Amino acid sequence: MTVKVVVVDDHAMFRRGVTAELEATGAGVVEIVGEGEDVDTAVATILATRPDVVLLDVHLPGGGGVEVIRKLATQPVDTAPRFLALSVSDAAEDVIGTIRGGARGYVTKTITGPELVSAIQRVADGDAVFSPRLAGFVLDAFAGSIEVADIDEDLDRLTEREREVMRLIARGYSYKEVAKELFISIKTVETHMSAVLRKLQLSSRHELTKWASDRRLL
Amino acid sequence: MTGSVGALDAAGTESRRDVRRAYRDLREPVLGGVAAGLAQHLGLSPLIVRVGFVVAAVLGGVGIAGYAILWAMLPAGPPTGALAPGLASATRGGRRPGPARRLFDVGPVIVLGALAIGAVFVLQGVLGAGGWIWPLAIAIVGVALLWRQADEAQRERWVDARGRIDPVRIVLGDGGWASYARLAAGVGLIIVAILLFSLRGGSLSLARDVTLAVLLVLVGLAIVVGPWIYRLAAELSDEREERVRTQERADVAAHLHDSVLQTLALIQKNPPDAARLARAQERDLRAWLFSTESIDERTVASGLRAMAGEVEDAWNLTVDVVAVGDCDLDESMRPIVAAAREATTNAAKHAGVPRVDIYAEITPAAVDVFVRDRGAGFDPDATPEDRLGVRRSIIDRMHRHGGTAEIRSAPGEGTEVRLHLGREHEGE
Repeated sequence: MTVKVVVVDDHAMFRRGVTAELEATGAGVVEIVGEGEDVDTAVATILATRPDVVLLDVHLPGGGGVEVIRKLATQPVDTAPRFLALSVSDAAEDVIGTIRGGARGYVTKTITGPELVSAIQRVADGDAVFSPRLAGFVLDAFAGSIEVADIDEDLDRLTEREREVMRLIARGYSYKEVAKELFISIKTVETHMSAVLRKLQLSSRHELTKWASDRRLL
Repeated sequence: MTGSVGALDAAGTESRRDVRRAYRDLREPVLGGVAAGLAQHLGLSPLIVRVGFVVAAVLGGVGIAGYAILWAMLPAGPPTGALAPGLASATRGGRRPGPARRLFDVGPVIVLGALAIGAVFVLQGVLGAGGWIWPLAIAIVGVALLWRQADEAQRERWVDARGRIDPVRIVLGDGGWASYARLAAGVGLIIVAILLFSLRGGSLSLARDVTLAVLLVLVGLAIVVGPWIYRLAAELSDEREERVRTQERADVAAHLHDSVLQTLALIQKNPPDAARLARAQERDLRAWLFSTESIDERTVASGLRAMAGEVEDAWNLTVDVVAVGDCDLDESMRPIVAAAREATTNAAKHAGVPRVDIYAEITPAAVDVFVRDRGAGFDPDATPEDRLGVRRSIIDRMHRHGGTAEIRSAPGEGTEVRLHLGREHEGE
């Protein structure tokens, strides 16, 4: 069964490029069912086509990719699509913001076709997808730059094992290589990454605001 | 391109670091963000500052006066001038997520409201005075609402750098129901207060009421309009400077992004020479537009990024740098950057793959750098003499400077070089 995908980006040329790439390398695996160029068209397309995965640009007219996720969350949809953030922006607060908004992963626009197909498949299967850069952001976000007094009760720190997995991903390891390096199964790696994603989406707003403002990102 | 970009960045950074100005922190305000901003400025915990204000307020009302004065004097912040041009442009175009409002944010307002009502009852009990306390309280709430609206509008002016200052926008900011509601509620409350006041004093002569009401309106207007005029005058020059600089940069940046950057991403798949040029251009543009990351070699992370850029150009491949944490690039840190360059160059030369990953983790205790490729790999125990020499230059260099280096590789499985260097003199 193919994975139904909607591509959301405000640049037609980029949408065309992604579509061509996915049709070439993901034939039989991925099927493009629609496109969106801003928040409103994206929401309409997603509601009309019911895709499995949405490739979501972080910078999007109408309030950014997060807004698409927010708007869809208010719709009574039985099977919500999964979101994969796709960005040219290197700004941590955009990327982390989109992940915290509910996206399941983040890849950069220079990703190769086969890598993108495999990322889409993983997201469709319910796994989290961290690129090395996102893993770096996450480690930064959870780094020890937080005073104990400021920690909210809802902030979960990463366990040592989860940090280890994130570090290996940041170093450019694939899931398989991470599993081999740590002597665990790929399933366990995926479990750890989902846990990190959950903590990232749960951990307090103050925390990340502080982290971003410390780095003059806000 | 690189030269001018570097100069711009350096100038921007320096002017930003010149003066540390206090501001009111409007990201997490309980009232006007004075305490949060002050805490940030003084390096204290906001809780301590807030408790300080409350204690001072109880002791003769100094805290209230101080808070009010600071609210009037301090600019709303944090200043947003430090954004990279592409991000600033995306923010103006509404393509970036704004701050999300949650019901949770209303919490402090409800608590403060309850406390205020309680305070009015207490005052009434203590002073026993009838008519004037409630109108006064209502008027104060009205003025506070109007001030909040002034803050909101001011904050939006900071973010927005469009040309002229439009009187409507000065008051309403970008509009929205919240602005109108605040404005209407504020004005309404003040009018109700004045009406209540004159009604309660109904036995007095009508003339006195009217005079009093007019006076109150004038005072109210002065209180409401005063801060706007004051802040406008204070910010006008700041804003003009900000506009000229960022708007021009950002709009050029937006144009470049729409045309060049997207095209570059596509032509990377073309013949080798075009790909190399495209990569270099894309790297420049990306650094300039979107990242707060510099390549000025002043810190370890930026030094690694600069090194990666040079290797990319020389060997025609992609070198991805991910850095966690950062520190100054002083003499003691140079060996690890040099060793990383050696390792990256090796990977570029021998691995035969189009991509190398560099990961740097810089903690207060140590610097770790990992250089990894997924190329040919080799058997470290059976390497030819020339490669062994190169390895020595990495391993020996690290050892000489008190660090360690480890090379892990196997044929067909790529190579990873791990560099570790302790930071003995942290905190200097």
